[in-house]
Amino acid sequence: MHCGMKEEPDLSLFDLRLTDLHNKLAHKELSVSELVEASLSRIASTDGKIGAFLTLDESGARRAASALDEQLLKGGERGLLFGLPAGIKDNMATEGLRTTCASKFLDNHTPIYDATVVKKLRSAQAVTIGKLNMDEFAMGGSNENSAYHPVRNPWDLSRVPGGSSGGSAAAVAAGQVYFALGSDTGGSIRQPASYCGVVGLKPTYGLVSRFGLVAFASSLDQIGPITKNVEDAAYVLQAIAGHDTMDSTSANVEIPDYTAALTGDVQGLRIGVPKEYLGEGIDPQVKACVLEALKVLESLGAEWEEISLPHTEYAVATYYLLASSEASSNLARFDGVRYGVRAKNPENLLDLYRRSRSEGFGPEVKRRIMLGTYALSSGYYDAYYLKAQKVRTLIKRDFDQAFERFDLIIGPTAPTTAFRLGEQVGDPLTMYLNDILTIPVSLAGVPAISIPCGFADGLPVGLQMIGKPFDESTVLRAAHAYESHTDHHKRRPALSGEV
Amino acid sequence: MILDRYETVIGLEVHVELHTKTKIFCGCSTSFGAPPNTHTCPICLGHPGVLPVLNRQAVEYAMKAAMAINCEIADWCKFDRKNYFYPDLPKAYQISQYDQPIGRNGWIDIEVNGQTKRIGITRLHLEEDAGKLTHVEGGYASLADFNRVGTPLIEIVSEPDIRSPEEAKAYLEKLKAIMQYCDVSDVKMEQGSLRCDANISLRPYGQKTFGTRAELKNMNSFRGVQRGLEYEQLRQADILDSGGQVEQETRRWDEAQGKTFSMRGKEEAHDYRYFPDPDLVRIRLDDEWKAKVRASIPELPDARKARYIKEYGLSSYDADVLTSSMKLADLFEDSLKYTTDAKASANWIMGDLLGYLNANDLEIENVPLTGQGLGEMIQLIEKGTISNKIAKTVFKSMIETGKSPKQIVEEQGLVQISDEGAILAIVDAVIAANPQSVADYRGGKDKALGFLVGQIMKETKGKANPGLVNKLLMERLKG
Repeated sequence: MHCGMKEEPDLSLFDLRLTDLHNKLAHKELSVSELVEASLSRIASTDGKIGAFLTLDESGARRAASALDEQLLKGGERGLLFGLPAGIKDNMATEGLRTTCASKFLDNHTPIYDATVVKKLRSAQAVTIGKLNMDEFAMGGSNENSAYHPVRNPWDLSRVPGGSSGGSAAAVAAGQVYFALGSDTGGSIRQPASYCGVVGLKPTYGLVSRFGLVAFASSLDQIGPITKNVEDAAYVLQAIAGHDTMDSTSANVEIPDYTAALTGDVQGLRIGVPKEYLGEGIDPQVKACVLEALKVLESLGAEWEEISLPHTEYAVATYYLLASSEASSNLARFDGVRYGVRAKNPENLLDLYRRSRSEGFGPEVKRRIMLGTYALSSGYYDAYYLKAQKVRTLIKRDFDQAFERFDLIIGPTAPTTAFRLGEQVGDPLTMYLNDILTIPVSLAGVPAISIPCGFADGLPVGLQMIGKPFDESTVLRAAHAYESHTDHHKRRPALSGEV
Repeated sequence: MILDRYETVIGLEVHVELHTKTKIFCGCSTSFGAPPNTHTCPICLGHPGVLPVLNRQAVEYAMKAAMAINCEIADWCKFDRKNYFYPDLPKAYQISQYDQPIGRNGWIDIEVNGQTKRIGITRLHLEEDAGKLTHVEGGYASLADFNRVGTPLIEIVSEPDIRSPEEAKAYLEKLKAIMQYCDVSDVKMEQGSLRCDANISLRPYGQKTFGTRAELKNMNSFRGVQRGLEYEQLRQADILDSGGQVEQETRRWDEAQGKTFSMRGKEEAHDYRYFPDPDLVRIRLDDEWKAKVRASIPELPDARKARYIKEYGLSSYDADVLTSSMKLADLFEDSLKYTTDAKASANWIMGDLLGYLNANDLEIENVPLTGQGLGEMIQLIEKGTISNKIAKTVFKSMIETGKSPKQIVEEQGLVQISDEGAILAIVDAVIAANPQSVADYRGGKDKALGFLVGQIMKETKGKANPGLVNKLLMERLKG
């Protein structure tokens, strides 16, 4: 058993707590330019192995760093994420900076506007280093669906980092950036965070604006932070959460002080542990780490008991119908007419559409577009899409009922640790089951975090904590309390393994 | 007549652009006629990552229009995606309303050949407009203008209650008037702010079931709708007469050739894969909001027409013509603040004004004539300042220049001569100059009188008070 194992951490600038970093900046012991150079040089020395970045904005980052350093000299108020080098998943629009969604279709696409989260990061004074690799259009759980190159897991370069935010999780794990933004539709923040031994938070649907996030499944997509610890996740969430008039599905709720919630106190916290999340298909070592984590929480005064979320088994099927249906419509705009890559010498309009889309999309994207198109077709709509919506309601009701008695639901983030590249490529259905523990949460729209809770054969294991809608504070509080009493998050990968 | 054997069944789908200041899901201007692609933004261009935010005014206009055509108003406003590929549709789906339209089960009354008929409205829903494609001559390219994309539209679907092309035209005219009264649209067919597609089928009289229908597109004027339907009626009757079967298809009306042509058949019909748009939330249309909108609806054409008949004693026909356009009706009512002679005002509007507009192919909006001017002119006639005949000249000048009748009369020296002495002098001169005519009249040839009056009017350039001329001339001739 490796769950309690402790190793000497390989400390770098990015291992400093945010408040310590800010103190150093304030006392001129460190400049933003030094932080940015540290990031760029780490990327230069490691990204050949990892492949986390698709586009680097070195000049933009250096320019931003100089401007922030000038501000440091002048004094005055600093933004919440002042000077922190950040990576952004390549499905969020960045004005003037190429945004590909890891698709050949958008190889030449440079947005003419900024996503709301990108604006928010800028006003929090973070520094965008570049755009991070992902599964094409966020479809996948291994990052092998990138049209450019796969991302490798910093803990074992022969293994996948998870997906679809594989680049985001790997970049943070490898110390290339201080934090990253990912997006989660069925587990795309939490599962890679779990595989890469970092913290990934999927907020409540509607807490963070989706404006500028290239849509995969609009009713599920949510942007969230990937960080090395819970405290940083709270800071980044603070910076990006909030109502946005540009997003009709953005919730108009008051945003609490998330760092203030990190009290360390979980006395009397009621935790439900779904038996469906620790049953068949869950790796015994993963299960052991989760049970160990529950003991830690118990020792801190929390109480837990086994519960049931009876509709869990239908979640994956429900998800693939709904998400693919929405995707088939969301991705229809990529037609080769106005932006992106257009097929050469089309014979006519239909040929332009057919060839641009055949050449532009990868196999997994095509698979889901076909699935979704079929599910929405006349004559099948009631049997598939409508039925799936009804099951979604039942799944959500499972959570509603559980939250009447419990403050938090806990389970593993993924059934296994990171698998090897190529291991599941030929078997999409097995690949889809990697998300079996994260998908129900997305369908319910509730918040969840994945935090490191141990290692199995040297590979990180993630613990998933699921909260009530808009109760990120409780999720963060419990995660932080657990983290404060464990050292898993302090271990750093050696970036070794067979490539 | 073959049409004696078949009953025509027509249903119309009318699209009306709502004249909100900005588009339905973004902040771009909706104004017509801007250079191509200048009223666009990442949102209406469907760039990756953008999201729609609903324009509240568009919902309000749609509710208002639905209320004005007597629809039941939904309690929730929900949007769906209609998926299809076309280069004028940037997102490759149109945001529309599928199973929960804002309005259902409405009706409007039309009048054809003096008979009032009620036409049912199946539904009214809110959606976004597409862009505009121009196909370059030679077929090597198409140009896309996205200024129009995202303009709010309402689609109004009638029941298959219309039985002739004439009824179809009357329905469109009524619908246009109602939308104009509600002030929700410019309703200009030539600018595309009102567009009409038609479903038409024939069946032998007495048959209960409908015949196979054709959908007719590309009719760009009310007259085009009527002509297209007339053509299609005969085409289908010919097929049925020769024992053939009408194909269910979409046909395009060619205005220049005066014919319809097949565009696509039933098997090529789209599967739009409608589903609720997950980017938009449902909006509650509560009673308070509905009441507020309902209160903003002005007196509509039917009510106004009834009032004109009752209050001003106008004929049903006159009242119908005057209320067919709100601008016309407003002009009429404005004039009555300056004259009590409603009948005279109605006559001037329906005769000289509409004649002038028709002859010059103008709309009432295009001329500067005011109701005050018309009322004051009628006053001048009543006072005898100008004759009816002179008034015709004055009125035309008012239509063209917008000047007040007094100013025109003064500028052109058109004041009527009512001075008996002055007229008498001219009467005497004319009598002296035309002894033969005088003799003819006295010899029983009444025609000669007209000649003499004409000579007097000629001498006075038409300004002599006609009554006085007649009276004085008769006195002289008898005396």
